[in-house]
Amino acid sequence: MKVGLFIPCYVDQFYPGAAIATLQLLEKLGVDVSYPPNQTCCGQPMANSGFEHLTGDCNRLFIKNFSGFDYIVCPSGSCVLHIKHHLHSETNEAEAAAMRGKVYELVEFMTDILKVETLNAEFPHKVGLHQSCHGQRGLYLSQMTELVAPAFSKPRQLLNMVKDLEIMPLDRPDECCGFGGTFCVAEEAVSVKMGQDRVADHLNNGVDYITSPDLSCLMHMEGILHRRGSKVKVIHIAEILNGKRNQD
Amino acid sequence: MTGNKDHAALAEVFNKDEDRVDWHDETLWFIRKKRDLAVNKIDNWEELRETASQIKNNVLSNLSNYLQEFEAKASANGVIVHWAADAAEHNQIVLDLLKQQGITQMVKSKSMLTEECHLNEHLEANGIDVIDSDLGERIVQLAKEMPSHIVLPCIHKKKEEIGELFHEHLGTPAGNADPQFLTETARQHLRDVFLTRRAALTGVNFAIAETGEFVVCTNEGNADMGAHLADIHIASMGIEKIIPERKHLSVFLRLLTRSATGQPITTYSSHFSKPRKGKEMHIILVDNGRSIQLGREDFRNSLKCIRCGACMNTCPVYRRSGGHSYHYAISGPIGAILAPNLDMEKYADLPFASTLCGSCSNVCPVKIDIHDQLYKWRQVIVQKGYAPTAKKVSMQAIANVLGSSWKYHVAGKAARTVMQLAPFAVNNKFNPWYKHRDMPEVPEKSFGEWYKINRNK
Repeated sequence: MKVGLFIPCYVDQFYPGAAIATLQLLEKLGVDVSYPPNQTCCGQPMANSGFEHLTGDCNRLFIKNFSGFDYIVCPSGSCVLHIKHHLHSETNEAEAAAMRGKVYELVEFMTDILKVETLNAEFPHKVGLHQSCHGQRGLYLSQMTELVAPAFSKPRQLLNMVKDLEIMPLDRPDECCGFGGTFCVAEEAVSVKMGQDRVADHLNNGVDYITSPDLSCLMHMEGILHRRGSKVKVIHIAEILNGKRNQD
Repeated sequence: MTGNKDHAALAEVFNKDEDRVDWHDETLWFIRKKRDLAVNKIDNWEELRETASQIKNNVLSNLSNYLQEFEAKASANGVIVHWAADAAEHNQIVLDLLKQQGITQMVKSKSMLTEECHLNEHLEANGIDVIDSDLGERIVQLAKEMPSHIVLPCIHKKKEEIGELFHEHLGTPAGNADPQFLTETARQHLRDVFLTRRAALTGVNFAIAETGEFVVCTNEGNADMGAHLADIHIASMGIEKIIPERKHLSVFLRLLTRSATGQPITTYSSHFSKPRKGKEMHIILVDNGRSIQLGREDFRNSLKCIRCGACMNTCPVYRRSGGHSYHYAISGPIGAILAPNLDMEKYADLPFASTLCGSCSNVCPVKIDIHDQLYKWRQVIVQKGYAPTAKKVSMQAIANVLGSSWKYHVAGKAARTVMQLAPFAVNNKFNPWYKHRDMPEVPEKSFGEWYKINRNK
């Protein structure tokens, strides 16, 4: 099984620790994983701003970099959702379609494809789990409170395998953090208020860490936590599941 | 009413009063939770939503047939049916009906359609006195505002503000904000209105093609009070309100109020089928852009909407920006996909007033893919040229960098270097992110750089 590691642009540039943890975690699970070095971005920043027509080059690059893999795995639900819905090719749509079916978010790849049942990891902290909307409602990583349907949560399923980790309940289990891509600057006032409220829910429930399968939400909440001088940290779920924070 | 400010600017104004934002958010979230409790008591809730969605799909695919069937049945019942292509025609029909009878005063129960058509303004300009009899609508009418929510028109107002309005307009003692007292005052005031108005206008929640009857749902009974006491009852309905058969009500009435307020059903679900002896009943079937929307493949199913407001209550943006930030009669996520159909330039900002979190689509009782339509409207609005120039330029620049591997790596390295060596270049007031949020800490190496050294493949 050849797996291509798809690291979103902002993770590559600002959160290499989460990318390294993803890589090490997959390696530990026995996956033949490699990182195509010429990858850039899925194109979502343009597409969600109404400029999907400017994503042709991103699509071409993505297809070029990730052809030949059995699976494409990425530690960001939002970028995966974008590829799943919007990756197209002018010259080879069949290949684009096949690729749309091969791309997985890290958590769902672990629960659904690798069928991971145990992990060698411990994290003796109180953790708040942020359900990133695109992962939750877009990729169905967990059940949403809007539906009358049985509960499940793939991120929680994995976090439950981590020794000494305590998941704290939240007052609003699946409210959006307000990041929303360019929304965070275009609608600054509402975006900030949403972020502050989301962070407050975690703080009120006594968490030490906020984790999520999506770093964009964590980046947003981290910006707010830092500004208010909070000691609470954000951590990508891969870093918890990998067992240690790796900064080498 | 809102000047030329767009959603972001109006939301910023609303957010100047954080206590109000918190109160607004919590009030609407409370209703969302009530909705959750109510829908979780129905085992087959999701099946019910799917059924409603299918019924509405059928309606939209056969709209003209159902409308003609409805017209024939209603006419046979003795109801006079009118057709209005747009808001202006609708308003003129109402005015003409009133003028023919020499009526200068009308009572109106809740109708978002008449808000959409700006009926009150038109009638007032022509010397007709209109009183809204829904309590929330009466409050915003006294305040000379638009409703900020389709089910809870004055949800943006605190009781103290309502007390002040009543003091000014209805003569209640200054400083009295007791909800019970204020409601009783409104009741007495409206009772006089009901008894003296010869014309009553109501909205329509559902119109049944099979029987020619229509159903009006209220909690206050105000539609019934108005309609039963008046000589002439005018019901205004958007053409999408039609349902094929009476039995389909059993689906929609179960969904509507559970979704709206968490009640099992509205206090009054009144069926109107024919005029009382010696009285008149009119129905105005209004298009006002609906046929155009029906022709937009990606957006047609927005016409399935039954106006429950669940998408507003659940929307994390709406709860923190207030209904007036949408500067359209119908606010929130559903308003943001309906409004651009009427005026793409004026409402170009609305589809962007969302994080695309998808909560709206999943509370929607008729399964409108609201957040996907928001995404699609963004593409249409940009393609039609309604995006601001600065945004076009910056998007082209970003696409240029992200579409090339070497440019991306050079730019990424450059950005990190600048942020490390000259953080003031990004940590300043020109960066909207930085206003209330710190920038991420900058790592020594990107993942790509780390990988090259540590995996060397």
